[in-house]
Amino acid sequence: MNTQINIIEVNKLRTELGNQLIHDGINFSVERGEVFGIAGGSGSGKTTLLRAMLMLLRPTSGSIQIFNREITDAHPHELLAVQRRWGVLFQQNALFSSLTVLENVMFPLKEFTRLDDATIRELALLTIALVGLPMEAVIKYPSQLSGGMQKRAALARAIVLAPEILFLDEPTAGLDPHSAAELGQLILKLRSTMGLTIVLVTHDLDMLWHVTDRVAFLGESKILCIDPIKKLVENPHPLIQEFFDGVWKQ
Amino acid sequence: MTNGFFTFNAQKQQLICQGIWDVSHLSAIKKEFRTLTLPTQGEFQIDGSSISHMDISGAWWLQKQLNRFAAQGLMVQLNAFSESCHELLILVEKETPTKKEIPKIRIPGWLESVGRFTIKQLDEFCEFLAFVGHLTMEFLRVMRYPQRIRLNSIADTIDLTGFQALPIIALLSFMIGIVISYQMGNQLQKYGANVFIVDLLGLSMLREFGPLLAAIMVAGRTGSSFTAQLGIMKINQEIDALNTMGVTPAELLLIPRLIGLFITLPLLTIWADVFGILGGMVMANNMLNINWHDFLMRFQHEIPLRTLLLGLGKAPVFALLIGSIGCFQGMSVQGSAENLGLRTTRSVVLAIFFIIITDAIFSVLYSKFKL
Repeated sequence: MNTQINIIEVNKLRTELGNQLIHDGINFSVERGEVFGIAGGSGSGKTTLLRAMLMLLRPTSGSIQIFNREITDAHPHELLAVQRRWGVLFQQNALFSSLTVLENVMFPLKEFTRLDDATIRELALLTIALVGLPMEAVIKYPSQLSGGMQKRAALARAIVLAPEILFLDEPTAGLDPHSAAELGQLILKLRSTMGLTIVLVTHDLDMLWHVTDRVAFLGESKILCIDPIKKLVENPHPLIQEFFDGVWKQ
Repeated sequence: MTNGFFTFNAQKQQLICQGIWDVSHLSAIKKEFRTLTLPTQGEFQIDGSSISHMDISGAWWLQKQLNRFAAQGLMVQLNAFSESCHELLILVEKETPTKKEIPKIRIPGWLESVGRFTIKQLDEFCEFLAFVGHLTMEFLRVMRYPQRIRLNSIADTIDLTGFQALPIIALLSFMIGIVISYQMGNQLQKYGANVFIVDLLGLSMLREFGPLLAAIMVAGRTGSSFTAQLGIMKINQEIDALNTMGVTPAELLLIPRLIGLFITLPLLTIWADVFGILGGMVMANNMLNINWHDFLMRFQHEIPLRTLLLGLGKAPVFALLIGSIGCFQGMSVQGSAENLGLRTTRSVVLAIFFIIITDAIFSVLYSKFKL
């Protein structure tokens, strides 16, 4: 397999939405096997950055390389090959509402492998068990599940193809602290067993503190600082201080 | 020999696994495995030193085979598997759900489905009645405080459901007018009774086709949009938000829509009547040699005002049907996008169904009272 260290490299990225400048000269790289956090206040462009990396949004200029492949001007065919090697957990879970949990998890396997139905079913069930969903949940529809269970189901769908990178967009939004902590543990467990690289967009401090290896802090359309979280909180930049102060004081 | 995923060394009784054991190669692995001839008894070794990458699905499949060997009484020894492969195998063995744990989806029998369906329909009908009752109470409440009537919303509804529907309804009824007088004109010509086209067209258009056509168009155009709008608001919890603010959804959303539709549908019916007759006139003029003047002269003698009023009388009833069904289906949306689609379809189908039923009832009543 690929052994290059940097699995994602972003260079001089600039994005504008309408007339609004979102990112101006963003540079960072994500190493294979790390949990890379992207933090920042509301409206700092965290989700936009993630959408640009997922090619849901075309940046104005700059380059994004994933698996050493430039994806900003990639041919749709090439892009498909890259897309199969990542999994995404969206903020709103984005589970298909007309399919049961089991069918949701089976979906990528059916689309991308030539396995028989029985095998697909068993693999999907294994993945569902792995994310800690009870087996009663597999025949339910997403709308019948609690927020935390929906997250787990969406996570199962994201990892069922054994991706190399897992993108998580605000995975703890709307979860109670206990479920959020459990989800954090689950993500770490998956990283070690599946050898995942994880890109985590969040403003949940517990997540940033316990799960991430390095954190990029977005603000003023730039990355203000990339450091392990323990070092990041000591950064004197007013935006960073404001972000962490607001929460520590509570 | 080494391109595949397995090499079997018969001398050493050793199965060497190699290559990438991940989900995208799993079907190839399975295929190749079936071609192997493995010992059916005794013991053999599996060597994993040349596996370059293994993911959960690879581990799951290997573990499944190991369990099968064990069940056959084969002694299998794993050699030189990497640390991470071992971890995966252990994880997979621990996590694989047993057959008993997996709930089965029970497929009900034919009789049960029919019963369930019937009860569901009856339940929904009761809910609909409750909804209509609730709406009536709300209406009476709002009427007591006239400042609570939302004139802006009513005007909006009139614009959307009435004014913007004018072109399509005009076009359709014009076409229907042409079709009717073409088909009837053919028969009338045979008996030299051309001039009776005026009676036939006038009666059928004013009494039946005008009101029906307008109502069916509005059911498709407006009933569905009511359901979709309210359904999305329900999913986004906007309805709940209104309830908590002490503004009832009925007052703000439902009653203005119903009042608006109540005003527009009779107007649209007259509009449809006019264009239907116009279409018939064009055809009569071209095919049956009845010129404009003759047509209109006969029309006012033969078609009494009562005919128009009888047709028009149905329109408000249709309006209430379409509006209440559309709103009811919208307010019953639950949870998902799929449900919204289902409800929108139901809203249109039910509205048209009840329009036709009601129209039949009207026909019977009118003839009973000799109208």
